[in-house]
Amino acid sequence: MTPSKTLLLVGGTSDIGRATALHYAQAGWQVQLAARNEEEARRNADDIRARTGAEVTVHRLDVLETDGFESFVGTLPALPDTVVCVVGELGDQAKGQADIAHASLVLRTNFEGPALLLGLLAERFLARGSGTLVGVSSVAGDRGRGSNYLYGAAKAGFTAFLSGLRNRLAPKGLRVVTVKPGFVRTQMTVGMKLPPVLTAEPGEVGRAIFTAAEKSSRDVIYVRPIWRPVMMAIGSIPERFFKRLRL
Amino acid sequence: MTELTGWGRYPRHPSETISPLSPKAFSSLMASRTGLVARGNGRAYGDAAIGERVTLMARGLDRIRAFDQATGRIHVEAGVLLSDLLDIVVPKGFFPPVVPGTKFVTIGGMIASDVHGKNHHRDGGFGDHVESLTLALPDGVVVTCSRDENPELLSATIGGMGLTGTILDATFRLRPIETGWMRQTTTVANNLDGAIRALQETGSATYSVAWIDCLARGTSLGRSLIFAAEHATQRDLDYLRPDAKPYPPSKLGRLGVPLDLPSFTLNRLSVSAFNELYFRAGAVKSGYPFLVHWNPYFFPLDGVGNWNRIYGRRGFLQYQCVIPTAQAQPVLGSILERISRHGHASFLAVLKQLGAGHGDLSFPLEGFTLTLDLPVSDDVFPLLDELDRLVAEAGGRLYLAKDARQSPATFEAGYPGLSRFRDLRRAIGATGRISSRLSARLGI
Repeated sequence: MTPSKTLLLVGGTSDIGRATALHYAQAGWQVQLAARNEEEARRNADDIRARTGAEVTVHRLDVLETDGFESFVGTLPALPDTVVCVVGELGDQAKGQADIAHASLVLRTNFEGPALLLGLLAERFLARGSGTLVGVSSVAGDRGRGSNYLYGAAKAGFTAFLSGLRNRLAPKGLRVVTVKPGFVRTQMTVGMKLPPVLTAEPGEVGRAIFTAAEKSSRDVIYVRPIWRPVMMAIGSIPERFFKRLRL
Repeated sequence: MTELTGWGRYPRHPSETISPLSPKAFSSLMASRTGLVARGNGRAYGDAAIGERVTLMARGLDRIRAFDQATGRIHVEAGVLLSDLLDIVVPKGFFPPVVPGTKFVTIGGMIASDVHGKNHHRDGGFGDHVESLTLALPDGVVVTCSRDENPELLSATIGGMGLTGTILDATFRLRPIETGWMRQTTTVANNLDGAIRALQETGSATYSVAWIDCLARGTSLGRSLIFAAEHATQRDLDYLRPDAKPYPPSKLGRLGVPLDLPSFTLNRLSVSAFNELYFRAGAVKSGYPFLVHWNPYFFPLDGVGNWNRIYGRRGFLQYQCVIPTAQAQPVLGSILERISRHGHASFLAVLKQLGAGHGDLSFPLEGFTLTLDLPVSDDVFPLLDELDRLVAEAGGRLYLAKDARQSPATFEAGYPGLSRFRDLRRAIGATGRISSRLSARLGI
């Protein structure tokens, strides 16, 4: 029997994080759950352990405390084979327009924290010569819209970061996967009216991430394929019309 | 505000709904709001899981916290669905100690209703198997309840319809099984007397239940099929179906009822034909033990999604009473006679034997329990009031998890533990703070 591989899941209390970690555990992986709220992460860790028998550990991590990243990676029981970062904070666009602190929180949570952490792990993976990095970005980063451009801009930055990292690491045989889930029925979107065809369940996202990262060689995935033409259409609208749309 | 109903889709009440995602969020809501009750998967039939003002949706508490495969002890949050639990534990060789007639219920709901199964005469209710639970009290304080710690609170919470606080998690023991199959034996009873006798005789079986053709009349009144079953052993499997997998998958095809059927679909003739078919199909198999998958044995109606819609838009009432053993035969006979005379269609007429009860607001007591489905119509209410009188006179009671319409007087007559329960509610500050439409209707 081959020794089991290890997943580091960053964002271990989110619905997508829980579903993704469960999927990896069901496939026989060991799981490290990193989250800011350890007590909530422990609920998910217990659940995954009880359902699958997998070894699951919990590690405190705040993606805004970038100074702590080095020691965080240092204290992990093992350098993971794959890291999946699902951290995201939709924030409140209107609030962010007037409140710099809130805007900064959205930008840092969606871009700075995830990018710096994956960047650090990329160096460790390079040194070891293996590893897969998965970043959950967003279709909101494909084009800025008036209703959520702070979030969208941060995700656009993250998408560009992942693209550049992939470009750099590909020749060394390391993979970087960008995931754009589209709408997902989660705590983040509770109460929103979402079009069913475009809306995925967390379990669907978990399966798509596992398949993309471990079973295929794809670089950028939309969880529901319908999003690709949708975003292509949105991307092709000339700016002079786009700016007048209420989106 | 959302309009909520139970599984019977009668009555309908507006309520604010909140879906807390963590045990902490539950306890802080408990402390800050009043007129609330927790709701699991909404499978209580009447108004038990509709808050007077606020309904706390408990499905967010869906984590399994520990599962010890050496002892079968499992610790789960209250919003975990029984169906989810079964998918996890059956392939590992375990089965819940007690299951109700549907697997689409939460563990919290199973405790709050102290659900019974086809094995109550041997194993008691689900509550009897709960080793400990965590309860968020009306003031938000979280306490552990077990046989050693807060035993009165544990006892009142079992069958307490969520009125002592919100159950956050629970620990109980599963029973070991060798296969996922049931070894079933079917016998035929030609009338009610025969059915009661057959249930008493099959009392040594772990599981037993009688399906009554409640449209049969005269000397055939109460004619039934009695299904007795055991968890099949590996030897049973080798003998009866050597090619079968010990743990067959539970995902069987599901048939759905997508729309409300017009209520005339269920007239006397169609139900009569259904019962005739059911009775014959069962009678053919009579006498020989055979293997059936645990899923259709325990949860036959779960195969039909949204079956509650076959009764039409007005909804339906499930009437479930228990009559003490000594009076069971004559009283259940008059109930069946009245139902039959009235011509009200009842898809489901199930008769089970119950063992000694748990007390407080828990339903079971030593006797026989009859369950009937009746579509809501103007003349069904006076009929049921009449049945209530028969039940009360016989020292019986109605199941709160099914109830949507009994009067406070019927309720008080059936539950002698009520005043003690009210005292406990007052003592923990639950009166007025934790209240469902059911508790308001019945003055609990």
